[in-house]
Amino acid sequence: MNTEVNLAGIKMKNPVTVASGTFGYGREFSEFFDLSKLGGIITKGTSLKPRSGNKPTRVCETASGMLNSIGLQNPGVEYFAENDLPFLRKFDTAIIVNACGSSVEEYVELCKILNTLDIDGVELNLSCPNVKAGCMAFGNTYEGVKHVTSEVRKVLDKPLIVKLTPNVTDIASIAKGVEDAGADAVSLINTLLGMKIDIDKKRPVLENNTGGLSGPAIKPVAVRMVYQVSQAVNIPILGMGGIINGEDAIEFMLAGATAISIGAGNFISPYTSINTVEGIEDYMKKHNIENIIDIIGKVEMN
Amino acid sequence: MPKQIFAKLIKKEEVIKDIYKFSVKAPEIVELSKPGNFIEIRVSEGIDPFLRRPISIYNLDKENGILEFIFQVKGKGTEILAQKEEGNDIDIIGPLGHGTFKYEKYNNIAIIGGGIGIFPLYELSKEAKLNNVKVSCYLGFRNKELVMLEDDFKKVVDSLIITTDDGTYKNKGFAIDYLKQDMEKSKYDCIYACGPLPMLKAIQKYANENNIDCQISLEEKMACGLGVCLGCAVKTAKSPKEAPEYWHVCKGGPVFNSKDVEI
Repeated sequence: MNTEVNLAGIKMKNPVTVASGTFGYGREFSEFFDLSKLGGIITKGTSLKPRSGNKPTRVCETASGMLNSIGLQNPGVEYFAENDLPFLRKFDTAIIVNACGSSVEEYVELCKILNTLDIDGVELNLSCPNVKAGCMAFGNTYEGVKHVTSEVRKVLDKPLIVKLTPNVTDIASIAKGVEDAGADAVSLINTLLGMKIDIDKKRPVLENNTGGLSGPAIKPVAVRMVYQVSQAVNIPILGMGGIINGEDAIEFMLAGATAISIGAGNFISPYTSINTVEGIEDYMKKHNIENIIDIIGKVEMN
Repeated sequence: MPKQIFAKLIKKEEVIKDIYKFSVKAPEIVELSKPGNFIEIRVSEGIDPFLRRPISIYNLDKENGILEFIFQVKGKGTEILAQKEEGNDIDIIGPLGHGTFKYEKYNNIAIIGGGIGIFPLYELSKEAKLNNVKVSCYLGFRNKELVMLEDDFKKVVDSLIITTDDGTYKNKGFAIDYLKQDMEKSKYDCIYACGPLPMLKAIQKYANENNIDCQISLEEKMACGLGVCLGCAVKTAKSPKEAPEYWHVCKGGPVFNSKDVEI
């Protein structure tokens, strides 16, 4: 049985990665299991300079999911390179850095530095809904994503994955912009913009009023978008959105994802990601699948 | 280093209306726990409710590996938890939190709690007293119906003052006022507090203004409990408003030095 996949030149022992912002830089989860069991780790969104993030309240639970408005709190790329990367590199797993910025220049500067680090790839975050400048502001038009992606492409030799926001009318056209600009893969979906109101206080629960919805609640939207994007582009897809077990992961792969990420699922159990690896293997055994890549995009539409 | 375990519920007791005390067999967690640590419980195997519930540790029975926690039924999650029966397994991660109560350098401490915030103070009282620290305890409740755990606390402290806001039981008024009165003669080395935000703010102000060491246990909406989601942010006292710096209740806390955080 072969579970290896190749995501835009990033070789992974299995298709399971952990999504940005739900796994920190790996330390906390390494206390529960050997991180080498994962196909890859997407780091917490990392910026050129440290960011302090948004005022609390930053998270709240919703039906089968949660809202967050963390605001990309992170220690900056320099700190990451010195303190977190050496730790992550002790494990036999792909290390992909989620890169975020507030301007095209910042993305470019950051990616110049990332290009010099011992990492396997970059996931360009053009889709965080919780910060005022950058991110989703670039990510919601064809021209916007194409521009940032092509500028970053000029300075980045490593595999470039661009993470897409679902908060758009036509995600397939945005994905096309990414592909046209020379990205190696797309990842989707980031969180869906949402809001929860405390009816006693008559105010939104989150201090930022709105936040990104994640968890199983968004899975059908994510599966649909992965399918649509897979029909529109030829570059591979890293699929995510509410995956909490092997069956969910298979659904994304059938829809067209080469690899998948576990996001909010990491919060309900520290073992969700490695249980998903096992769940995929169980499915392969049950269906006599020798090679996991044989199921990618194999959904048959009605 | 926290563990995830399925702990058997061996005793369930309704302390007062809608407040339950659960005793679970959790030697792996008990062994590693300190006063101030908390646990996260997955109340349902399904996806709704989705997140774990952070709950403070009430009592650690190190000898028998039994952990006790007390919670109030407040919403869907705690309602499901309250329906568990003795013999059921409960999915727990713990101990969580790196900032715990520190009492080793003190001889004479005051512990103050309000309402459902008194729960993490029991293990602290018990452990400090066992280590020959003089423990004076002040517990405040809104009214007589909400007074709880008096006998438990009485056994593990040197003195216990119970207050009710409306005077329907024992001393009328706020616990902090009784603590302040005693401070003159008792000269406590450190104050430990957990309770509603207005109470914590008042204690923090009093302790900081009078330069008294003070440790407060905080609460904030939380997802992972492990320090990765960065949801449970609390602003540091030293950072300016225009460039705030945030720590996290699950990582730096839940217990903080009162001078270090802005609440």
